[in-house]
Amino acid sequence: MLIIKDLHAAIDGKLILKGISIEVKPGEIHAIMGPNGSGKSTLAAVLAGRELVEVTEGTVTYEGKNLLEMAPEDRSKEGIFLGFQYPIEIPGVSMVNFMKTAVNEHRKHKGLEPLSASEFLKLMREKKEMVEIDSKLANRSVNEGFSGGEKKKNEIFQMSMLEPKLAILDETDSGLDIDALKIVANGVNKLKRPDNATIVITHYQRLLDYIVPDVVHVLYDGRIVKTAGKELALELEAKGYDWIKQSVEKNELS
Amino acid sequence: MNDLYESSGRYLSLYDDNIKRISENSAPFINSFREEAIANFVKTGIPTRKNEAYKYTNLDAWFKHEYKNYFIPDKSDFEKAEEFRCDVTDLDTYGIVLLNGFYPTINGKLRELPGGIQIGSLNEAAKKFNGRIEKHYGKYLNGNNDGLVHLNTAMASDGVFIYVPAGTALNRPVQVVNLVQSDKDMFNQHRNLIIVEDNADFTLIICDHTLSPNKFLTNAVTEVFVGENAHFDIMRVQNEHNNACKITHTFIHQEKNSSVSSNNITLHGGLVRNNTYHYLGGEGAESNSYGLFLVDKWQHVDNYVNVDHVFPNCKSNQLFKGVLDEMATGAFNGKIYVHKDAQGTVAYQKNNNILLTDDAKMDTKPQLEIYANDVKCSHGATVGRLNDDALFYMQSRGISKREALLMLMFGFAHEVIRNIKVKALQERMDNLVMQRLKGELSRCAICMVKCGNM
Repeated sequence: MLIIKDLHAAIDGKLILKGISIEVKPGEIHAIMGPNGSGKSTLAAVLAGRELVEVTEGTVTYEGKNLLEMAPEDRSKEGIFLGFQYPIEIPGVSMVNFMKTAVNEHRKHKGLEPLSASEFLKLMREKKEMVEIDSKLANRSVNEGFSGGEKKKNEIFQMSMLEPKLAILDETDSGLDIDALKIVANGVNKLKRPDNATIVITHYQRLLDYIVPDVVHVLYDGRIVKTAGKELALELEAKGYDWIKQSVEKNELS
Repeated sequence: MNDLYESSGRYLSLYDDNIKRISENSAPFINSFREEAIANFVKTGIPTRKNEAYKYTNLDAWFKHEYKNYFIPDKSDFEKAEEFRCDVTDLDTYGIVLLNGFYPTINGKLRELPGGIQIGSLNEAAKKFNGRIEKHYGKYLNGNNDGLVHLNTAMASDGVFIYVPAGTALNRPVQVVNLVQSDKDMFNQHRNLIIVEDNADFTLIICDHTLSPNKFLTNAVTEVFVGENAHFDIMRVQNEHNNACKITHTFIHQEKNSSVSSNNITLHGGLVRNNTYHYLGGEGAESNSYGLFLVDKWQHVDNYVNVDHVFPNCKSNQLFKGVLDEMATGAFNGKIYVHKDAQGTVAYQKNNNILLTDDAKMDTKPQLEIYANDVKCSHGATVGRLNDDALFYMQSRGISKREALLMLMFGFAHEVIRNIKVKALQERMDNLVMQRLKGELSRCAICMVKCGNM
């Protein structure tokens, strides 16, 4: 589904990603863990098409296509979803209008008729219940005045509306209390299908108690320094990132 | 003396040459203001950029131009205006059409609406209800020393008169459509007087249009009296062509516990300058002043707002926004003046602007003068770009860049539109703004009303 090969990327001329290779197959959940500043969010930004990040080397292939040549909106319509670490507030744009435009753009791309107002509202109601989001939030401007937890739930709500093939969740767990964390994880698990995949980017292991990964990658200083099964997350939790740092310095992992 | 000396002189000659004709056609009470006004005009002249209040707006070229002047309307003009009689569709209003600043004689000069509310020609009302006019006309300028207000007082002879008796309310708004039409370049002035007595509730919509492509200069003064506990909503939609200059001066005087909401929406115009003066002249009065403009090409829009807190415990709020594209320029000047005795004042001001290009330019100037000590005041002004993060966020959900830009600009504008109380009107404005942002709205392509031949 997604093949990242030797990816190098820079922001303002500073190299952040220094050769990343990952392959994600349908049905898999990958966790990308790593200390702050290791390049996790930059990787998410490259995959979503943020112009700020310049790819200097390497390739990203998504369903056989060159992902890096696609505009952000086309990536979305092709099934990629990025859950933002810091969701953006958009005053004056209502959640309803925002989601309706997005859903209908996706439908147009698939050759489907746009949803009628009532069909759309019905869909929205169903999905809101699923992610346990306060229905009043849907009548407000996008993320405006939402609490941290509401913003993250809103990301999962948008994900459920758009039903992506590949969801990339960038630190969706940060700033969440345990209840909100469960709701977010539950939303992700409910959306799980054999033909879609999820990349969970996280600093902490605790989200992985609820979303069980098939593969765990450890990112450090712009490189994947270790890849293993879900037990790696527990090991990291027990030993901390210093273990990784020291191991890298001693060249034990590479 | 300044550059405009010559044109100020020209407007003085215009007065000298025409005052006899103008006076013959006007009510004596209105005439009684002319002499003093022209004397004041001679002292002040047409404002230049040396004048602090006009620092960001250059009227020079507009006033230097040779215009045909319009003092006495021809009957045939009104017959033409009848062709533009507006067919009000989903927005249900009582309509008035002013042609080149004059109220058409064709259907009688004054009209009575339910509850004894009167709408019609100011000139006619001044002849008929002199007492009512004497009580209010010229009373709310508060020593204003803008040369253009003096020029208007000296020479204007007609405009809209509205009288809303105490305790009355209409079930739908009154809509004034200002049409400017001529086959020659034209300067015109008109004067409106609106009286909303105690406990009354009244909503007024004013639409400014140009119907022929000639160069136009309009200088309009509106005086409004809002009595105790009365509510008054005024909304102005400006959609003139790029060869037109529109200058408005609106003086709103409020009594105790009254509330006013003013909303200026400028969709098109060559140069637009709106002066709005809110005078909170009684305890517990509340005023809201909103404005939105969307400009491109070489258009220029300047909103000048002045709020006077004279009595204790009054509230005021200003929210003005602008979207500037291409080489367009804009200005905002918002003044809050809190007098010594106006304790318990709450006054807010916000001005946000978006520049879509490097060439667009916006000047914004908040001015707060506070002489009371128990006051809550705030102001904030921003001039910036559309938020790139928001744009990317929307794109990442599958919304195209063009659509996302439109939605962001619309959302920005909607913060002003959403304050329009009449729902149908709010939706109508949303549609107009969306069309304007998409570049589909040209001058007079569509209006609040769908005018037959526009």
